[in-house]
This record gives sequence, C-alpha cells and structure tokens, in this order.
Amino acid sequence: MEQLKTIGRELAMGSQGGFGQSKEFLDLVKSIGEARSKAEEDRIVLSEIDILKRKLLEPDIPKRKMKEYIIRLVYIEMLGHDASFGYIHAVKMTHDDNLLLKRTGYLAVTLFLNEDHDLIILIVNTIQKDLRSDNYLVVCAALNAICRLINEETIPAVLPQVVDLLNHHKEAVRKKAIMALHRFHRKSPSSVSHLISNFRKRLCDNDPGVMGATLCPLFDLITEDVASYKDLVSSFVSILKQVTERRLPKSYDYHQMPAPFIQIKLLKIMALLGSGDKSASEIMYMVLGDLFRKCDSSTNIGNAILYECIRSISCIIPSPKLLEAAADAISKFLKSDSHNLKYMGIDGLGRLIKISPDIAEQHQLAVIDCLEDPDDTLKRKTFELLYKMTKSSNVEVIVDRMIDYMISINDNHYKTEIASRCVELAEQFAPSNQWFIQIMNKVFEHAGDLVNIKVAHNLMRLIAEGFGEDDDDADSKLRLSAVESYLQIMSEPKLPSLFLQVISWVLGEYGTADGKYSASYISGKLCDVADAYSSDETVKGYAVSALMKIYAFEIASGRKVDVLPECQSLIEELLASHSTDLQQRAYELQALLALDARAVESILPLDASCEDIEVDKDLSFLNGYIQQAIESGAQPYISERERSGMLETTDYHSQDHHEVPSHALRFEAYERPKPSSLRTQASTELVPVPEPSYYSEAHQPISTSSVSERESSEIKLRLDGVKQKWGRPSYQSSTSASSTPPQAANGTSSHPDVGVGSSSLKPRSSYESKKPEIDPEKQRLAASLFGGSSSSRSDRKSSSGGHKPAKGTASKPPKENPIPVQPPPDLLDFGEPTATSVTATDPFKELEGLMDSSSQDGGSTDVMGVLYSDAAPVTTTTSVDSLLSELSDSSKGNPGTYQSQTSKGPNSQEALEKDALVRQMGVNPTSQNPTLFKDLLG
Amino acid sequence: MIKAVMMMNTQGKPRLAKFYDFLVRCLPVEKQQELIRGVFSVLSSRPENVSNFLEIDSLFGPDSRLVYKHYATLYFVLVFDGSENELAMLDLIQVLVETLDKCFSNVCELDIVFNYSKMHTVLDEIVFGGQVLETRSDEVMKAVEEISKSEAASNSISLVPKSVSGWRGGR
Repeated sequence: MEQLKTIGRELAMGSQGGFGQSKEFLDLVKSIGEARSKAEEDRIVLSEIDILKRKLLEPDIPKRKMKEYIIRLVYIEMLGHDASFGYIHAVKMTHDDNLLLKRTGYLAVTLFLNEDHDLIILIVNTIQKDLRSDNYLVVCAALNAICRLINEETIPAVLPQVVDLLNHHKEAVRKKAIMALHRFHRKSPSSVSHLISNFRKRLCDNDPGVMGATLCPLFDLITEDVASYKDLVSSFVSILKQVTERRLPKSYDYHQMPAPFIQIKLLKIMALLGSGDKSASEIMYMVLGDLFRKCDSSTNIGNAILYECIRSISCIIPSPKLLEAAADAISKFLKSDSHNLKYMGIDGLGRLIKISPDIAEQHQLAVIDCLEDPDDTLKRKTFELLYKMTKSSNVEVIVDRMIDYMISINDNHYKTEIASRCVELAEQFAPSNQWFIQIMNKVFEHAGDLVNIKVAHNLMRLIAEGFGEDDDDADSKLRLSAVESYLQIMSEPKLPSLFLQVISWVLGEYGTADGKYSASYISGKLCDVADAYSSDETVKGYAVSALMKIYAFEIASGRKVDVLPECQSLIEELLASHSTDLQQRAYELQALLALDARAVESILPLDASCEDIEVDKDLSFLNGYIQQAIESGAQPYISERERSGMLETTDYHSQDHHEVPSHALRFEAYERPKPSSLRTQASTELVPVPEPSYYSEAHQPISTSSVSERESSEIKLRLDGVKQKWGRPSYQSSTSASSTPPQAANGTSSHPDVGVGSSSLKPRSSYESKKPEIDPEKQRLAASLFGGSSSSRSDRKSSSGGHKPAKGTASKPPKENPIPVQPPPDLLDFGEPTATSVTATDPFKELEGLMDSSSQDGGSTDVMGVLYSDAAPVTTTTSVDSLLSELSDSSKGNPGTYQSQTSKGPNSQEALEKDALVRQMGVNPTSQNPTLFKDLLG
Repeated sequence: MIKAVMMMNTQGKPRLAKFYDFLVRCLPVEKQQELIRGVFSVLSSRPENVSNFLEIDSLFGPDSRLVYKHYATLYFVLVFDGSENELAMLDLIQVLVETLDKCFSNVCELDIVFNYSKMHTVLDEIVFGGQVLETRSDEVMKAVEEISKSEAASNSISLVPKSVSGWRGGR
C-alpha cells in the first residue's frame, strides 16, 4: 500500500507538465540558491551526496524515483561535485523501454561520461538497439548519445546503422544522422573516409533542413581538401541563389531573412572554394552582388550575412565592384552605434585592408574611436587591425599605443600576445636603433617575464653591433644612451629577470666605455642588482660576469682596481655558492684580478663581443707541443670513434666526464679508459695563458670534436702493444700529452656572452635596409598612419591650434593638400577632460590630444605622429586598468574549493553492485561476452 | 563549431553547461568548473552597453570566441571557433531564448533550474554535436512537444504496471 501511495504521488507530480520534480529536489535547489558562501553551498551539496548514496543503495527503487535521483546527480555534478557513484544507475536507465526514463538516462550519461569512460562499453549495445527502433524519438535520442559518447574504437559498432539512417523517412533523423557522421569524421577521419560521398548525396536532399545540415561536414571537408570539391562551386552558388530568391518554404525565414544560417554556411564554403581561384570566384560575383543589395542591414541576422559576404570577398579574388560594395558595408558597420557592428566593421576592415590598403583611410576617425572605446573586445580588435596595417611610416605611433595598452592590462595571456606583437613590429619596422632600444626597454620593463629570451639576445646584439656601419661615434652614442637609460631604470623595484640580464650585460660591456661613469659606480650598481635579486641565479651570473668585464677593462687600461667592499663580499659569498656556475664565475673573477694588464687584455678585450672569431679548428698552434710530447714518448691521441670501436666506451660516459673535475671521487671501476676525462686531467698542465682568440669561443664541444677530427686524420692509431689490463691509468699516461689542447677552453666557463658573440656572426638584421626611411624629411612627407591623407590632419591641427596653449613645438609645416570636409568643431566640448563616453567623443578633441602628445614626444616631427600618437585620455586607461584588476580579484576571490571527498576510485561495494548489474544486463565488460566484442570489433 | 553552451546567473552559479569540444569534454569536472568560473569572471567585469563578443583564447584554446547575452538574471553564453559567425551566434542565443520563452511562457531563471531535462531537450534540438541543427523555434517547439507527449504516453502505459510488478516482486 505504501508503495502504491508513492506511485500515486509521483503520478500527480508527473502531471504537472511531465517535467515536475519532487519537493526534495525543489528544496535542494532552493537551499543552494540561498547559500551565502561557497562553503555553505558545498556543505549542502555534500550532505545531498550522502543522502543520494544512501538512497541509491536501497533495494527496489521505483523507476520514477530513480529518475529523480539521477536528475539530482546531474545537478550536483553541474555544481562541480563528483557524482560518479551514481553513474552506473544512469547507464542502467538507458536500458529502460520507457522513453522518458531512457531519455533521462541518456541525458545523464551524456553529461556524466566522456568518450573514454569505462562505462561506455555498457551503453554501446543499447545504442545499437535503439538505432534500430521503430520510434524515431528513440532513434534521435540514441543519435544524440552517439555524438557525445562514441569514441574511435566504438565507431565501427554503430557506423552501419548510422549510415542506414541517412535514408530514414523522417528528416529529423536524417539530419541527426548526418551530424553524427560528421562527428565521427571529426573524431577519427579515417573511420568514415569511405563514406564521404554520402555527404555529397545528402546535399541533394529534398528537405532543406537536411541539406543545410550537410553543409557543416562539407565545410570541414572542403577546409581540408579544397581541390576535390571545386566541382561543387556552381551547385553551392545556385543553392545560395535559390535561398536568396526565397524559394525555400516560408517556415525557413528567420526575422524575414530566408534561411540565414544556411546562407552563412554557404558563404563560408564559397570563401574556401574561391580562394585564389579566379574562375570559381567569377561564378560567385553575381550572387554576392545580389546579397549586398538584398540584405536587410536593420536586423542582426541581416548584418551577419553582410559580414559574411565581406569575409567571402576578402577570401576570393574579388571584382572591384564587389570590393566597393564591401567597403560600403564596412563603413555602415563602423558608423553604427552598436558595438557589435563596430567590432564586425573593424574585423572586416582588417580583412579587406590586405586587398585594398587605402580603404582604411576614410575610416580613420572611426578607428580612433574604437581604439578609445571602453569595450575591451573592440579595443583589442582595433589593435589587431593596427598591427595588420603597420608600416615603417606609422610604426612609432602604433607601437607606442600598443605599449600603453600593454601596460594597462593585467591579463597575462593577452599581455604576452601584445608584447610579442610590439617586438615583432619593432624588429621589423624600427626607424632607428635608439627607438628600438627604448621600445624594448618598455616591453621588458612591463612584460619582461612574458617575452621570449631571444628578444633579449637580439637587443644585446643590436647594442653591441650598433648601426652596423663604421660610424663609431653614433655607436658609442647609442650605447651611452642605453647605459644611461638602464642606470635610471635599475633603481626601480622588481624588474623582470630577463631585463636585468640585458641590463647587466650592457653595463658590463659598455658601462665604463666612454668614461662618463667610473668603474666603481658601475660595479656598485651591479652589486646592488646581485644583492637585490639574490634568489635569481641567472641574474647573479650575468652581474658577476659584468663585474669581471668592468675590472678587466680597468686593469687592461692600466688603472688600479679598487674592489668595492660590497663587491668583495659578493665574490666571497659566491665562491661558496651552491651553484657551480656562480662559483666558477667567482673563481674566474678572482683569478682575473690577480693577472697583469697584458694577460687581462687578451682574455677580455674591450668591446669585442661581436668581433668575428676565427676558430683554428685544427688547433695547429699546438702542433709543436704535441710533436714534442710524442717525441718524448707520449702516446698519440686516439680518436673517439676508433676508441669506442675497440673499447666500447659508451657515449654516456664520455659526456659525463666533461663535468667531473679531476679531483672528484670516481665511482666507476677502473676498467675502461675514459678518454674525455683525460682532457680535464691534463688541464692542470696548461691553463694560464689561453690564446686570446679563444676566450669567447670557448666552447668545449667544438674544441674537443676538433681535436678528435684532427687526430684521427693525421695520426695513425697504434694500438698494438697497448695493454688494456689496467684500463684507465695506463691509457691516461700515454695520451695525456696529446689531448691537452682543448684545455684552454676548459679554463673559462661558457659565458652568456658567448651566445651573443657567436650570434653576431649572423647576417646583419634588416635595420640597414631601412636606412633611407630614417631621413626625417622623407619621413615627414610620407608619414601618416593611413598614408596619403595627411592633409586633413594638418588642417585640423591648424584649426584647433588656438584652443590649446601648450602645443607650440608640435606645429609642423602644414601640408598643401586640399582641405577635406570637416564637421565644425564643437567648442564647448573642449573643456571636458574625460572621454569615457567614447561614442560621443569629438574628433577634434581627439586630435588636440594627439598633437599635444606628439609635441611631448620631443618633437618627433612627423605628421604620422599626429593622428595616432599617444593621446589616450588617462581616464580611459585607468578605468580599464581598475576594471581588469577587479576582474582578476574576482577570479582570485573565487577559489576552486572543490572537495574530493568522494573518490572516483572503485570501492568494493560498488564493484560488487556493478558486477551484479552487469550480469543482470547480460553485458559483461570483461571478455566473457564474445558477441559484444564481435560487434564492436567486427 | 560550437565548443560550449553555458547559462549562468549573475552570481556566477552555473545553470546549464554543455561542452561539445572533445578536449574540454575530457577535462575533469573541476577543470570544467574552472572554465565556467573563468568565463563568469570575464563576463561580470564587462561594462554595460559594450559588444557581446569576447576573444577567449586564454580559456578555450586558440581561435576561440565567445558570444554572450544578458537576460534579467541570466547570462547565456556560446563559445565557438572561427568557423562560425559572431552575429549569427548572437541570433542563435536569441533563438534559444525565444524557444524557452515559448516553452515556459515567459521564461525565468527558476524555470531553467527546475526543468533541467527539458532545457537539455530544447538545446539538443538546436545544437547537435557542436553544429547548429535547427534555428526555427517553431520547429524546435514541435519536436520538444512531440517528445513530451510521447514520454507522457509511455509513462501512463508502462510505468504503473511495471511498478506494480516490481512491488509484487518485492513482497
């Protein structure tokens, strides 16, 4: 009786619309909704999990009740809690014949499980059965499940049925079958490669909906392989034509547009097919032209189609007429008040600008508006556009803008992107090295941890190489300005590590170069760096090397070196450092201080980081020494190849021994000779005066290999008579003399400078080729962001000249071009300092600001500066800043307090239960059910 | 391709989340929650009267865009890649909302919470396997009604006898 009552109640509840839930569920949702904190919510959910665990263990749960439990499980999991203890019940529910329960089961399973879950195997049979069902709703449910549950291995099990369903009499089923097949293609293209023709066939389906669905897989297929679908160009065009001519049933209209989603997909496909194909493009001209005329730009979806047309035109080989139409559409977008349309307009502009670069000209003001917009998305899109249209003439303004924006945002992901863009543009278009260094400094200062280390090396190389011409004066000016800027920046707290490395290197190399700063001043600064960033070993290493160079230059020039007390203590500290690298550098520094001027000069010559180093690969200067040694009875060097052939010396060992100092403990048995260790050993004999040219090329691997090369070619191996019994010692004594040469290399550790020095051998970068553009006269003429439209700007400048007092320096020779039509300036607007409501920004005010700032730029007298230079009203920037910081705060304040109280691991009870279930259902995941696997695999 | 459909309220509580992207689907539940929270924190920081688009590479991988719409207490969010059109996606949200409106006559947050499975039914008729399946809300309504009808029918036929037999068996 009790049970009957429950059923009655459930039925009553079920009648409230078929989707009614029990009071418990309502209570749960309500209490979670009222939860004040995440912790409270978690508490509620955890107790709910306990309840459900208990309830699910009860025997004979009525199905209706079970359905309710499962919905509750889904709800819990959506809130981020683990509901895996109930998965098996959801799986079981998919086996039910009742449609409601089956669908609930499928819903839960598709949400709970991903393609690779173990339980999927229990569902495959059911899916197979359901795909054959007479009830098309069951078939649809199964198709839906397929899309979300089938993985590569299980595709073959359901594939035949899905293919059959492509001819189902219900169009809803055909549509879904196509989508399922498409999903298979995405998951594993090879599994359905033989069925691709089916997509083509379905393109001719009687039902427009099915045809529309077919476009999705075709889009993917054409993206992968354009050539094999060229024959469909005219079909797609004629379909699009029919759609635009409203040949489809009225029911396909959406906001008075005929089948807009189908149109958009078709346009996307046409863009692919027409790309770089003149004849295919020509077929499309007509219909594209029609679309521009017919599209209703007052609705959102109409604009979507318009935008898609623009996109297609930018991809295909367009006709001038279409380009014009596209440009018109873009200007409509940009003039719109809707941010969405502005966004699309900027995007379209970015696409079209590749084809017709002058198109941006007429939209300058709109673009500036978008750049000042409080909408971050729009702003970023605009920066993307600017990035695309950067030329050497406008690079300065654009990069300045980008850097300002970069500084203002907190989103590291985007910061990285925009930093790398700044670097890329600066490297590509830099008008002068000075400017380049300034820009790099800014990038490093504000996003140093986010940029690639190569950028730092490039910068160092540039400073070292200078202008790349024999203009020493200019070079030293450049270096001095770099040194000065670094000495200034250094005092700021918390600089990024990479930037400090650059600073240390430059200070070491050029800090004292032209006598403006004393060695003790620079070395003091370097010590400060090493102290302030004592946890960063790389920076310390750079700092010590820089110190070494400073002292070396002092010694070499015959001055007496006073090591500052703090430097002394730094060196002493590093002598005992845990880092062998730092230790070595410290020892080297100490050793260097004791040497005389001549030796020092040859070790560390002044400003030699980019001298081309000639490497004597054959080490011929040692020939005499070797000869002498051999004559006095030493064994000749045996090349590694021959040696390993004889003695099976493993690579591992030989590599290992470069590192092992000779006095270290040996852990290997003395069985095999360790040739490379010999060189290390021999070091003691040869160290002090290395050949000068060696210093910066001191690459261990190079020299060792060169030795073996030479030895193997010149000296024959004499192995007869060499007894291997005692292995190492005997071998060592015989070869030590001949293997000494590379020791010179061993004496100095591999310096960071080495990387820079050797990189200088690369061909000079593109700066040289840009030389002509540095001519200020030319720059002034050519300079304008959009090219050619400088006139309007200079005019505006002169017309607004009276309003701003502090802009005298900015006045430039006005251009003589005709004055374009300008809206009269709204004078009242000028006093208003904030420009937060950007849509209403007065263009004149914009220009005022722009010019003003260009004057502050030290009179970089190019007109291009006027339009886009640094004039972002500070208010805007700060508001974005605070906004973003809020953003990050809120994300911080919402910590993932996920509790892993319920482990997903198997528990014995559950395993038993699962086993029982599996038996009951006749599907066993182990290999005891051969038929299942036959289906799956066959 | 559509990578995810999400609904969340203005406090950031997820109301519906469905992922279509293979990669995201294979993430553990906690990671998916992080994504939802990440999206919410971006959305909640957006000022009024700005565009409905976002580039969201940082959460969903390269070339990911997001379109959202704010209705009363709910955010409707679609995440998709470059093969979809932003404005069209905005209209897809419109379609979804219109359909829900028809389903629940003047839809509100509570309807969505309490009719979880129906929500999914509606969504599955509109977005299927990450592709737009149907954009006519009348058609969607028809399909959903048919399902409810047939579910109700199967209920009245099968549920009672089955439960009774279960009850007999239990005794």
